[in-house]
Amino acid sequence: MKFTRKLFTSTLALAALSTLLPAQAQDTVKVGVLHSLSGTMAISETSLRDVLLFTFDEINAKGGVLGKKIEPVVVDGASNWPLFAEKAKQLLEQDKVAVTFGCWTSVSRKSVLPVFESNKGLLFYPVQYEGEEMSPNIIYTAEAVGQQATPAVDYLLEKGYKKFYLLGSDYVYPQTTNLVLLEYLLSKGVPLENIGGGFKKDESGKIISAGKYTPFGHTDYQQIVSEIKQYAAGGDTCVVSTLNGDTNVPFFKEYAAAGLTAETCPVVSFSISEDEFRGLPAKQLVGQLGCWTYFQSIKSPANEKFIADFQAWLAKSDVPGIVKEGRVTCSPMVLSYVGVYLWKAAVEKAGTFEVEKVIAELEKGISFDGPGGTVTSQKNHHVTKNVFIGETKADGQFKILKTYDNVFGEPFLKGTFKSK
Amino acid sequence: MTHSLLVRPIAKKEWTFTAIIAFFFIVVMPLLNSFGFISDFTINLWGKYLCYAMLAISVDLLWGYTGLLSLGQALFFSLGGYMMGMYLMRMIGDMGQYHKDMPDFLVFLGWEQLPTFWKPFSSFPFAMVMVLVVPGLVAYVFGWLAFRSRVRGVYFSILTQALTYGASLMFFRNDMLMGGNNGFTDFRFILGFDIRSPETKRGLFIVTAMILTVTFVGLRCLTRSRFGLVQQAVRDSENRVLFSGYSSPNFKLFIFVLSSLIGSVGGALYVPQVGIINPSEMTTDNSLEAVVWTAVGGRGTLIGPIVGAVSVNALKSWATRAYPDLWLIILGGMFIIVVLFMPKGIVGIPGMVRDWLAKRKRQKEPMEDAAIKKTEEEAA
Repeated sequence: MKFTRKLFTSTLALAALSTLLPAQAQDTVKVGVLHSLSGTMAISETSLRDVLLFTFDEINAKGGVLGKKIEPVVVDGASNWPLFAEKAKQLLEQDKVAVTFGCWTSVSRKSVLPVFESNKGLLFYPVQYEGEEMSPNIIYTAEAVGQQATPAVDYLLEKGYKKFYLLGSDYVYPQTTNLVLLEYLLSKGVPLENIGGGFKKDESGKIISAGKYTPFGHTDYQQIVSEIKQYAAGGDTCVVSTLNGDTNVPFFKEYAAAGLTAETCPVVSFSISEDEFRGLPAKQLVGQLGCWTYFQSIKSPANEKFIADFQAWLAKSDVPGIVKEGRVTCSPMVLSYVGVYLWKAAVEKAGTFEVEKVIAELEKGISFDGPGGTVTSQKNHHVTKNVFIGETKADGQFKILKTYDNVFGEPFLKGTFKSK
Repeated sequence: MTHSLLVRPIAKKEWTFTAIIAFFFIVVMPLLNSFGFISDFTINLWGKYLCYAMLAISVDLLWGYTGLLSLGQALFFSLGGYMMGMYLMRMIGDMGQYHKDMPDFLVFLGWEQLPTFWKPFSSFPFAMVMVLVVPGLVAYVFGWLAFRSRVRGVYFSILTQALTYGASLMFFRNDMLMGGNNGFTDFRFILGFDIRSPETKRGLFIVTAMILTVTFVGLRCLTRSRFGLVQQAVRDSENRVLFSGYSSPNFKLFIFVLSSLIGSVGGALYVPQVGIINPSEMTTDNSLEAVVWTAVGGRGTLIGPIVGAVSVNALKSWATRAYPDLWLIILGGMFIIVVLFMPKGIVGIPGMVRDWLAKRKRQKEPMEDAAIKKTEEEAA
């Protein structure tokens, strides 16, 4: 029965292995980086890992935080949500990191949330999301719905658009955004029949879902595009898209093929940033709109320095497998960058790495002048920042059309707009 | 593996070893944990590995013993998880984001009252019955249709894969009222115990280890019984089994349902320990991963899938922290080595060493014999 004996010995060996802890130096502070470096989300999240490592090097070169050098602990969540929870536990319970920067998808954040709450950890979350959440242990540098969707609609209303077609991938971010937008549009006096994409009602007739939804990885947009074309026939129509990732390619291809253009019926997308254009053909999107709290094309000394420093860092980086060519900066990257500096400022103000005191400082309001302008942390764990509306150019960059200064981050928007 | 084709009792020595290992997991590890020698993190991690071991066993029972490569085991695993998840969601009570006695996503979707099919899941016994009934029923209906139509080999794999994919698409939809893409998270209590406390985690680990032991022993007996013989005969030559008068579809159906239940129980134990269940658990990748664990550990043995699931996942846990950029290459390299040089997996290593030694001895012996002969001749 050597099989069982084998199991026994390997069990012991592995148990020993998994409890091994690397030695901790005194003059460093451990900081977790929790992103997917493999799997479906790797294409987006690896960029955030890169910018975080760059930020740590930048801070370390200037003496670190409270005199301690940042020692990054990078783990791979592998686009696997239970693994995210496991890695979060490992960072908090074994590595005892002072803070963690990470997550992209809402589901990954939802997966690690109980871990951060029960271990009294601190997570900075940098990617636009649906709100409806406010954990005491998470700081959301991310764009809330009110910092992307509603300013974009304001802009479109200003430009005289009267009909809005809502389209998204079927998951919680688009569903929530569209419900908020529905209330917002009604409050602005847009009649219900001018909001396209369809509604789903419950038995009492209350709208529980607004807009058209397609599953992840959907490729056949022929029918939807012809529906949009019909809807847009009267003019003054625009499309508000929360389509996610790869599905944008067939959608915009079909859109262009149907003869719809940015002039006849513009599409404003909330999930396509400069970094996505590394994998998307920008040609078909020329003229279409985007809305973020940062664009690479912002003309400011702070932004130019940030881009130049990041490129210089990339050029001499020795991180295995890092992509050095054709790199751009985008909002989630800048919000990761900003998050590190907000944390640093809070730690220095509190004079300690203790999570509770750092959070207290952040709640009091900490400002940082970042590449996208000044950001300020709020009591509700979100941040005030500038919002930009941009037009897609052929090179995958955005031409900035409009800026909304110092927009407050509010996670709970649903039910706050009253119809006229 | 000709010896396992014989109906014969299991050696006493094996019982002893099984008992020792089980004792180590069920008693020694939790004790070490309660005295602080093993961290809560490690216990929790091992609880997860043991759930994966259940999944791997369910794959092996079909693939290794019956010759049916099912790529749908992740579906049964997730269904079990979802059933447990529904109970756990009900136990959150009004501690959710919206402070209503209803899962957050239902409040968000505009439901004023709990949908009817959610109601009985407030009861733990009901949820546990559903852990067995739902996946069992899915497996029974699917298996009945597939085996009646003599769907075999690669076609069976493709169909199970399609079933899993279809189910995951369905669960991704918010209309399913099963949480859509986000699935179920943020659990608080199980049977009144705080699910985040180390004691509960230790308890869940013990329960998982016990159920895994029972499953292992039960299947060890089953595969050595007359039933097990027919099962393995189906694998080796199904037509002969049919011509001998056995109804092979019924045998296959029984095994398919049984393995779906094992997977499902594994999933039900998995969810409270990892704290999340969402549709990405029921993808074909996950089924394939379980197939890889089985292959690495040793297909066609019962200890193999356990060893495989535990060692591959432990390696993954370690490598995603130690070499976040290279761990896929490390894991992939290991799989290639196993496939190329260790056809019987990790548990086949002792056998391989024995064979190699025997071969070397045989090569040596003729020479020695010749040498002896020579000296004898010289002496003569």
